[in-house]
Amino acid sequence: MKIAVTVNGKRIEEDVACDLLLVDFLRAHGCYSVKQGCETSGCGLCTVILNGDPVLSCSILAVRADGCKVETLEGLKEEAAQFGAFIADQGAEQCGFCNPGLMMNAIALFREYPDPDEETIREYLAGNLCRCSGYEGQLRGIQAFLQWKKEGQP
Amino acid sequence: MNLKAVSKPIRKKDAMALITGQPVFMDDMIPGNCLIVKVLRSPHANAIIEDIDIDKALKAPGIEAIYTWKDVPDKRFTMAGQTYPEPSPYDRLILDRHVRYVGDPVAIVAGDTEKAVERALKMIQVRYTVLEPLLDFRTAKDHTILVHPEENWQSLCPVGADNKRNLCASQVSGHGDVEQVLSQCDVVVDQTYHTKACQQAMMETFRTYCSIDQYGRLNILSSTQIVFHVRRIISNALGIPKSRIRVAKPRIGGGFGAKQTVVAEIFPAFVTWKTGKPSKMIFTREESQTASSPRHEMEIHVRVGAMKDGRIRAVDLYTLSNTGAYGEHGPTTVGLSGHKSIPLYGLVEAHRFAYDVVYSNVMSAGAYRGYGATQGIFALESAVNELAAKLSIDPVKLRMMNMVREGQAMPAYYGETATSCALNRCMDRARKMIGWDEKYPCRDLGNGKVRSVGVAMAMQGSGISGVDVGSATIKMNEEGYYTLSIGAADMGTGCDTILAQMAAECMECSVDNIAVLGADTDSSPYDSGSYASSTTYVTGKAVEKACRKLKDQIVAIGAELLNAAPEEVQFEGGGVRRLSDGKLASLQEIGTKSMCGNNQPLTVTESNSSPASPPPFMAGMVEIELDKETGHVEIVDYAAVVDCGTVVNPNLARVQTEGGLAQGIGMALYENVQYNERGRLYENSLMQYKIPTRLDVGKLRVEFESSYEPTGPFGAKSIGEIVINTPAPALAHAIYNATGKWFRELPITPEKIVMGDKDGKILS
Amino acid sequence: MLTIENYVKAGSLEEAYERNQKKANRIIGGMLWLKMSRMRVQTAIDLSGLGLTSIEEDDREFSMGAMVTLRQLETHAGLLDYTEGSMKESLRRIVGVQFRNLATLGGSIFGRFGFSDVLTEFLALGAEVELYKAGRMTLEEFSKMPADRDILVRVILPKKAEKSVYMSLRNTSTDFPVLTCGVSKTSDGTVRAAIGARPGRAVVVGDTEGILKNGITEETAKAFGEYVSGQIVTGSNMRAGAEYRKRLVEVLTRRCILKIGGEQ
Repeated sequence: MKIAVTVNGKRIEEDVACDLLLVDFLRAHGCYSVKQGCETSGCGLCTVILNGDPVLSCSILAVRADGCKVETLEGLKEEAAQFGAFIADQGAEQCGFCNPGLMMNAIALFREYPDPDEETIREYLAGNLCRCSGYEGQLRGIQAFLQWKKEGQP
Repeated sequence: MNLKAVSKPIRKKDAMALITGQPVFMDDMIPGNCLIVKVLRSPHANAIIEDIDIDKALKAPGIEAIYTWKDVPDKRFTMAGQTYPEPSPYDRLILDRHVRYVGDPVAIVAGDTEKAVERALKMIQVRYTVLEPLLDFRTAKDHTILVHPEENWQSLCPVGADNKRNLCASQVSGHGDVEQVLSQCDVVVDQTYHTKACQQAMMETFRTYCSIDQYGRLNILSSTQIVFHVRRIISNALGIPKSRIRVAKPRIGGGFGAKQTVVAEIFPAFVTWKTGKPSKMIFTREESQTASSPRHEMEIHVRVGAMKDGRIRAVDLYTLSNTGAYGEHGPTTVGLSGHKSIPLYGLVEAHRFAYDVVYSNVMSAGAYRGYGATQGIFALESAVNELAAKLSIDPVKLRMMNMVREGQAMPAYYGETATSCALNRCMDRARKMIGWDEKYPCRDLGNGKVRSVGVAMAMQGSGISGVDVGSATIKMNEEGYYTLSIGAADMGTGCDTILAQMAAECMECSVDNIAVLGADTDSSPYDSGSYASSTTYVTGKAVEKACRKLKDQIVAIGAELLNAAPEEVQFEGGGVRRLSDGKLASLQEIGTKSMCGNNQPLTVTESNSSPASPPPFMAGMVEIELDKETGHVEIVDYAAVVDCGTVVNPNLARVQTEGGLAQGIGMALYENVQYNERGRLYENSLMQYKIPTRLDVGKLRVEFESSYEPTGPFGAKSIGEIVINTPAPALAHAIYNATGKWFRELPITPEKIVMGDKDGKILS
Repeated sequence: MLTIENYVKAGSLEEAYERNQKKANRIIGGMLWLKMSRMRVQTAIDLSGLGLTSIEEDDREFSMGAMVTLRQLETHAGLLDYTEGSMKESLRRIVGVQFRNLATLGGSIFGRFGFSDVLTEFLALGAEVELYKAGRMTLEEFSKMPADRDILVRVILPKKAEKSVYMSLRNTSTDFPVLTCGVSKTSDGTVRAAIGARPGRAVVVGDTEGILKNGITEETAKAFGEYVSGQIVTGSNMRAGAEYRKRLVEVLTRRCILKIGGEQ
């Protein structure tokens, strides 16, 4: 089936199988940041932003994204580098495999709640599993980033 | 010591690449058009393949090859990533006619697309003679059902293995007369503890890509902790020379020991070797959960004897370990259950440590962070908490009274001495952090909820003494920057960065001046691999040694440039200085000189193996809020204080600790492993096997109390594994302090807390 | 691995209904559960072009299209206000935000899953459903029907409840629930308790014995909890046993009732 999806600002038209998942479509188009960690819609590694909302790209058919805008970390390089530096300063990326999904959902969080408290952060990111970090370093990094933004840093 | 790079919270060298999602993992960096490899798995826990019909499947579109037991070498090997000769028995074939657990491979299928391979898998017809499975490991020893009845089963090391008794290993050790000392004790705690086969559940499942290179050699790119062991194991399994195999690793999406076993590599390696075509195998999460290398389930019987005044005089520990269908890491993990728990108590006059490791028809176990110590420490630390309750002595005081101190001999720890130990300071600091004296044992909140605290301490090793080899090659290049080649595996832990910090410290330069090359069997110096908490301690020392020699080489060229004798000059970060007049030959000049008319190499490879394995120590204290009516446990606060010797990178050490605590919390409270009566595993996905989310771990607070380990690089010991060991006993203790009930089996679910230890579940 | 031969974005409910009569075809909601199956679907029928994605509110009721996502329900100010947070409480533990941005109300209700927080909450609130062929009926009635090939179009929430409370017990925060409990009270004092994850489908128990008719106290709340527990059949699965669930019914019902009564 023919679809047209805007991935990171670039329009892609393609004939795809009806059961192709969005995650596989995106990886086939070079968005390698989008990972898969489970087959049961529960780990958050494949998080992308679809028409403004964070979703699991492993659980949505590519055909359903027809006419939609998809953002992945590849399209958010500056935001990722700026915010990511605070995660790096904690050493909280560890193996790094879950990071892109976390980054995407955190970016969605910041858009929805510009100044979230700790509980909001934990709740919003609850669907992003991480087996390395114990989550605390990620929280410290996020809070340090929010503080830095609040202080009006460039 | 005035350190400039070591002990600094430096960013990981690969941090930004990982965080911004660069294509650095296996499946991001291989050609898209390789063969897809999958295996057909046994639905039976114990069966013989009578007939297997692949004709129809082989003709299906897009199918390249299908292999069955008839196609593989009839020579047994082990998939355990261990130094040769492996203590793990040679009990595997690539594909066996006798399948021994639900999930055992029956056929390998390779094809063009995942869909094609999936379709072909369904078309293979297998006729089995289904045998009665041996599912209860408590009855496995000398059972009439033999998991490995075959004649070509082989054990290479004297570990007490006997396949005709379902024994993968068996041993007794000790010192003093334990029965006599126990009989003199005022109080003896005598209890049995049970831990399950928890999954590492790293976010990246097992995966390997194989191809044939321009020299006709098999190239393996795998998410592994042990490239050199993979080379040997593939050679053993396929029956091809090691010289024809090259193994490299990309970034690894978590390991925790899972990738210290060759779980995925053999299948695509076999396909590529046979077909000559590139292939990859990516384990599904279901395969990772059901056909991999989890923790060894253990049942541990402990007797601890003490006097009324609290002096712990004797420990008797018997571990029954379930290795499952195959013996990977079976003979070795069990050893840690005693050798890395009993030595925590320094006044023990006599101990005995005995064990049996048995086969059964469930998924085989492997290496998982903590490697047996986690299980043993849960048992012994729980028993000591029970002892404190019996004696009515504060469990922290009881530990302060009995714990191992620096300089003490540790008879249960292979006779080594505690050359560095700040366990007493760790305990004292944790006590203050959590507010133990005010909070112990509990406080009723009056609304059905109770707040309580629990404590445990832990140890581990730093590498395998006399076995592990770490190596480093350091080279100075033009412009004076360095390349550091290692065979150790950074799996997110940050060892590339930590080793670079050590090199930078030695070479008196910035960490940015050290480029690190990761593990590749062709280009890296030999390293046993990253496991057994070895890399910082063992490989770190190799880096230190290599740098020392490289400095001599640099000095030699610098002296030549300065027309001085080597003893008339001195190395400093920027070059070599003539002492008489302070004239400097810069590193750039030395680098340039090394490339013109030069006979002096600027490359050093050094190896290191340590006769000792100095233990890191730690104390963990938890505060929980427990709902007495529902059994729900909320972690309020976790205070952990670690003695890992010198902390090489405080950020990475902290995150290692927090991550280990979270995994330990998962094991203690959430991560269950349940089989049905036919040996099928229920927790076959992350939907059923519940690892903690960020809402489940509570507040984790980590601090360090460093000792100085004289044999370690810059005084460092290990940290990777020890950090998983305290949550289970500390939480069980806190739950006791809230409810008055001891829980001796993990995980401690809300149901158990309300209904007691009995399992109310009906499984079918 | 799920396979799908064709995908159709239905142009009308009639078209969707016609196509759905074929056994090999499937209506797709959020597709989260379907995706985990190994089903072979001939035609996947997508309702997302039919304008069923909004929550409408007037004086009498909320009307929610089948394709409204769980996240929409969770963040809807009117629902938050009307349910005093119980709607949000019933949803916030379902896996994660990214999941709830895909999972649909229609899929959750039509599936009538035993583990469903959504079904429990809507039963407790006395919701109704609108089916394309069978028309409007109470959710309670619908929840007892076997699955058929009709289409769930809308869920309607009449504004009858004065108070509502939702509680669940989970082994980990975002796991399937071990037990769910939703309780509502209308202005005339009628109390409904819905208990789900028994682990069977959620069921409703009312105060037919009049245990609470003289007001909510520690004693009456306890008695009602015991009563509900006595009415409910619980079972065992890998998450917990029947006996423990019985206990939880009692505890959670009592706590919900007390909270409705303004205590705690």
